[in-house]
Amino acid sequence: MMESLQTLFGSSWPVVWTLAKIVAIVLPLMIAIAYLTLAERKVIGYMQVRIGPNRVGYFGLLQPLADGIKLLMKEIIVPTASNKGLFLLGPVLAIAPAFAAWAVVPFDATLVLADIDAGLLYILAMTSVAVYGVIIAGWASNSKYAFLGSLRSAAQIVSYEIAMGFALVGVLMSANSLNLGKIVTAQAGGFWHWYWLPLFPLFIVYFISAVAETNRAPFDVAEGESEIVAGFHVEYSGMAFAVFFLAEYANIWLVCMLAALMFLGGWLSPVPFLPDSILWLFLKVGFLVFCFLWFRATFPRYRYDQIMRLGWKVFIPITLVWIIVVGAMMQTPWAYLFH
Amino acid sequence: MIFQDFVFYTLAAILLIAGLRVITARNPVHAALFLVLAFFTAAGIWLLLEAEFLAIALVLVYVGAVMVLFLFVVMMLDINLDRLREGFWSYLPVAAVVGVLMAVEMALVLSGRYFIEAAAPVAKPAGYSNTAELGRVLYTDYLLPFELAAVLLLVAIVAAIALTLRERKDSKFIDPAAQVQVKRNDRVRMVSMPSYTEPEAEQAQQEPKP
Repeated sequence: MMESLQTLFGSSWPVVWTLAKIVAIVLPLMIAIAYLTLAERKVIGYMQVRIGPNRVGYFGLLQPLADGIKLLMKEIIVPTASNKGLFLLGPVLAIAPAFAAWAVVPFDATLVLADIDAGLLYILAMTSVAVYGVIIAGWASNSKYAFLGSLRSAAQIVSYEIAMGFALVGVLMSANSLNLGKIVTAQAGGFWHWYWLPLFPLFIVYFISAVAETNRAPFDVAEGESEIVAGFHVEYSGMAFAVFFLAEYANIWLVCMLAALMFLGGWLSPVPFLPDSILWLFLKVGFLVFCFLWFRATFPRYRYDQIMRLGWKVFIPITLVWIIVVGAMMQTPWAYLFH
Repeated sequence: MIFQDFVFYTLAAILLIAGLRVITARNPVHAALFLVLAFFTAAGIWLLLEAEFLAIALVLVYVGAVMVLFLFVVMMLDINLDRLREGFWSYLPVAAVVGVLMAVEMALVLSGRYFIEAAAPVAKPAGYSNTAELGRVLYTDYLLPFELAAVLLLVAIVAAIALTLRERKDSKFIDPAAQVQVKRNDRVRMVSMPSYTEPEAEQAQQEPKP
């Protein structure tokens, strides 16, 4: 069948085939994002002894669809005093990197769209670009609440990116590669060989920084409903508003996927008698995403100066010290523990 | 090769237009965003040269960190463009001289014998990683210059911090360690108050004092 398709499209086949692969990644991702919103409301509902949405469809399963249709039907209001071009560019810049980063994410030993050597760097670059959506949206809205939200977000993301980057430096020192697939295969050997154990401080720093990078509770001062209404997206309505939320949830999936790949062995099986499978990856990512919802239901919002202190004075020193520890241990007979 | 040429000229055109708009845009935020676009397209051109590490580092460092802080500052400024444009004509002759000098210098360098057009680099095999190659060269052949550059940057960092470090009298900074160690009795005083008072006593309280 592949050959017949190949002859049908002729020289444009590589383009068509790549597009098909992109659709095969983005479509399930969109569905996962939609159902993450439902999962969030359900999980937090049960944690607060409520039921959560249960009206639309059995068990509320059609709720994300209903929300999507509602948001599509709503009018996108562009404030008169806003900078119109940038106002509409904001949501686009927020969601584009969130999807573009998935190009190098491996789902299996062979299942990856672009198997590039600098994959980890590419992902770091893409997540660092994501902040522009928030900044531009906040500035272009020409509203004080939105502007305060975007300033908070910019400072927060830039601060936590450093800790996150250093945490990843430890991973690439251990794996000897920037290729995500090779990082996973370097962890082969079961539960106790995954990098969460030798790089435990980096794992914790990475995961908490990931929560801060995605602007999620308890680090959601960029939205801060009680102080600045809704932060950077206070002026947005309809689908423009929804795009910000899609970007946020896409980023949650992305950072959890990265944590699973780099610290929890990706698709590798935790025990030797079960085969490696993509299902393990989904299980690990699912657990990490659940932790995000759990955090939101558990912790009160951090104060802004506390966030900055945690990022600069706690996380960055921890990562620096642990990188030195890993580097020093590499020169000792116990180096095998860190590979 | 045709396709690569097409991509190069497209990126180069975007880069030139973005660079031009950086200096001509009236709004400083727009200018900063055009600079972001210029960095991004420059990274694209480097990718075309198979220099993926440099390209990604450009996006990561300049687009992801430097320009964010730049925008951060520029967004908060309320720049009066008319005042910036004052004295344009009086500065023009000096600026023109400097501009012409720079153009002549560049022409000298580009046409001189030091700038020999290198042969097109041979495409590297598929397994070649210029990230690993760059790291190896930096830490072996160019170790001393690399460390010197690192020390220079460190000095700059320390200097920048030292310049801004001053004790403010009106700062409301609270030591987090002290905050965490606070006990209830430091903040709350328990007062024993009767929940019910006799009516006579209440009346006596309401009467104005002589």
